[in-house]
Amino acid sequence: MVHTIIDTANHIAAYAAKAARVKVVAAYPITPQTTVVEKIAEFVESGEMDAEYIRVESEHSAMAACVGAEAAGVRTFTATSAHGLALMHEVLHWAAGSRLPIVMSVINRAMGAPWSIWPDFSDSLSQRDTGWIQFYCSDNQEVFDTIIQAYKVCEDKRVLLPAMVCSEGFILSHTFMPVIVPEQEEIDDFLPPYDPGWILDIENPLSHANLVSPEWYMEFRYMIQQAMENAKNLIVEVDREYGRRFGFEHGGLIEKYQCEDADLILVTMGTMGSEAKISVNNLRKEDLKVGLARVRVFRPFPKEEIRKLAENTQMLTTIDRHVSFGFEGFLATEVKASLYSREKGMADPPLVAGFLAGLGGRDVTYRDIEEIAKKSWKWMEEGKVKEEIVWWNLRE
Amino acid sequence: MEKLEVKIPKSRKDLPITPLSIPVIGSIGKTGDWRTFKPVIDYSKCTRCLWCWIYCPEGVITREEDDTPRIDYEYCKGCGICAEVCPLKAIEMVREK
Amino acid sequence: MVSLKELPKEEYLLKGNAACAGCGAAISLRLLFKALGNKVILIVPACCTTVIQGPYPYTSVKVPLLNIVFEATGAAASGVVAALKKRGIDDVTVVGWAGDGGTADIGIQALSGAAERGTNFIYICYDNEAYGNTGMQRSGATPFGAWTTTTPTGKREHKKDVPMIMAAHGIPYVATAIPSYPMDLIRKLRKAKEMRGTKYIHILSPCPTGWRYPGSKTIEIGKLAVETGLWALYEIENGVFKLSPPSARLLDKEKRKPVELYLKAQGRFRHLTDEDIAEIQRWVDAAWEKYKKLQSN
Repeated sequence: MVHTIIDTANHIAAYAAKAARVKVVAAYPITPQTTVVEKIAEFVESGEMDAEYIRVESEHSAMAACVGAEAAGVRTFTATSAHGLALMHEVLHWAAGSRLPIVMSVINRAMGAPWSIWPDFSDSLSQRDTGWIQFYCSDNQEVFDTIIQAYKVCEDKRVLLPAMVCSEGFILSHTFMPVIVPEQEEIDDFLPPYDPGWILDIENPLSHANLVSPEWYMEFRYMIQQAMENAKNLIVEVDREYGRRFGFEHGGLIEKYQCEDADLILVTMGTMGSEAKISVNNLRKEDLKVGLARVRVFRPFPKEEIRKLAENTQMLTTIDRHVSFGFEGFLATEVKASLYSREKGMADPPLVAGFLAGLGGRDVTYRDIEEIAKKSWKWMEEGKVKEEIVWWNLRE
Repeated sequence: MEKLEVKIPKSRKDLPITPLSIPVIGSIGKTGDWRTFKPVIDYSKCTRCLWCWIYCPEGVITREEDDTPRIDYEYCKGCGICAEVCPLKAIEMVREK
Repeated sequence: MVSLKELPKEEYLLKGNAACAGCGAAISLRLLFKALGNKVILIVPACCTTVIQGPYPYTSVKVPLLNIVFEATGAAASGVVAALKKRGIDDVTVVGWAGDGGTADIGIQALSGAAERGTNFIYICYDNEAYGNTGMQRSGATPFGAWTTTTPTGKREHKKDVPMIMAAHGIPYVATAIPSYPMDLIRKLRKAKEMRGTKYIHILSPCPTGWRYPGSKTIEIGKLAVETGLWALYEIENGVFKLSPPSARLLDKEKRKPVELYLKAQGRFRHLTDEDIAEIQRWVDAAWEKYKKLQSN
């Protein structure tokens, strides 16, 4: 049994937190996340949602409160964007190192200076090294489903890491789309109550996270890496299970669209991944065998999936919505690194081209993506990536 | 959740998922080694008032049944507060060899 | 009023820890457990107590303890309180235990937020008037004239009055204390435990390492702080100010010892000029004019 809600991705995220029976929410408003926390406030005050809502005085405190609440044994949720996420940075590290499965909705927004309220991935990608699992959603349905799935993945004892579920500001956050929501009993059955990996317990007094010398610190970090590796398979399993039960799955680690016979595969994240499907359809009408790989999970990075895709194609074109200043787009780097030869005499990997588009919320349409694909296609035919980084639609 | 079993690690498999430390006496070692002077109680003067016990930063003074204070020299850092606060001046700080 | 003999024998700050010999904070933490027992969850930011715990896999604190980032004691405590409430646990006291850095400076935002939200916990600042954990750099709580590693010729500004800042939040209980008067501190802790809402206790914590005096003098220095009026022991309960007995008798200026006695006993004030000492005396006297007005209300 299901029912349909037509609402913005932000409100949908609030519905998901409610459906996940989150017990503590600690959050601070920031554009364009505000309607997530406003909706949660409504749910809590009406009694619809049985949670404590801590109206903290900053995002740094929001994440610290989530750490405290999760360490004291309850499922928590928060949401933020851009500078709020940046302000949490030190506590993101702390949460991952504490192995606390907090789930956070990140409403992607460009970092300043200067101020921008429009979407790109500069906020969440800047946090890729913190030990947080990162999901990138392409529509409102995926936002709902992924938040529920994230709790299931994160709370698994083989993982116990926090996750951010990213969705682009305004493109999704303030756009109404129909979302099919399973009944609460079904969600409860899919997502059982939180069973902590560790807890602050009067009967078993321990000090958490006091000084660890070089004697053991590295091993604790290794375990986080292992947890990330475990998460890879689990994310795929959980997505499939969710799909079997509720009818929606989102591709596991990478949503592949028409990749099987593609000579050129577009690799991107978020809503550009959704637009790109239209581009692929149009390009195929022109007899260009293009496919789309929408990277749904950026951390842990699905390098095995990228390598598999690379086996049967001539070229991968990455479209990034953020640049690491001084180098290049994140997908571009990580795709290339995944494909780099590990053995002398290995066959050449496919060409990889890196495009930057949509920074600061500049619109990226399916036409743009078609043109990006055609430009890449020419390079593929010539056997040479003519420009190492292309800033798409840059004004003169 | 059931009670978490935490042990002192000898190898990686002994590690908890996140550093959780066990309360022990002597977490930093035998702090009795720190001192130069040690407090010696003259029990003929001691009235069991317990001021030394309450003011000891280390908690190395224990109370017997009749509140007689006993100093644990394995951990006493020799700070000398007990000697200072004793109203009867029944504690002397004696230089150790 | 409980007597020393009635206080429990159990120790929850275990001996053989890394506190300096003569540490005022260690006495204060021992007294906390004497007052509250062990049904306590401690939230501890970066501060001396981080080090006092000792290194993994050992700790010297025998209650559940959450270490947290420097700024966030008030916020992490808010989270713990909320979680315990959701779990229906109401017999555990949540205590934020922070130094003056994590309270007056980097931690003040989270503390203020927690207080404004009426978070049901006890926040204790143990104040050694400097950033002790990192080697005695000045904090907002460092007093006028004090040497620290970042004020080598003496701090030019007066001490930030955090207890009064907390009183301005309208929380039900604010108190000042010092380990030299253990029964006063224990009484205040036990009172705080029985109240709902945010309770703030500020413990002046003499520090031999930072204040430059022999460790054996910690209790005596604390007594001098109170007897000179430099550290007033008081409570503000539901907005009503009341000096505690060791300080109440000092409303008469004649009864207060000159601040010089306190200052000359500490190496961190060694370089003070007569003018500096006069300034400090003036500041203390001005504070007591204020206390006089508050007390009479």
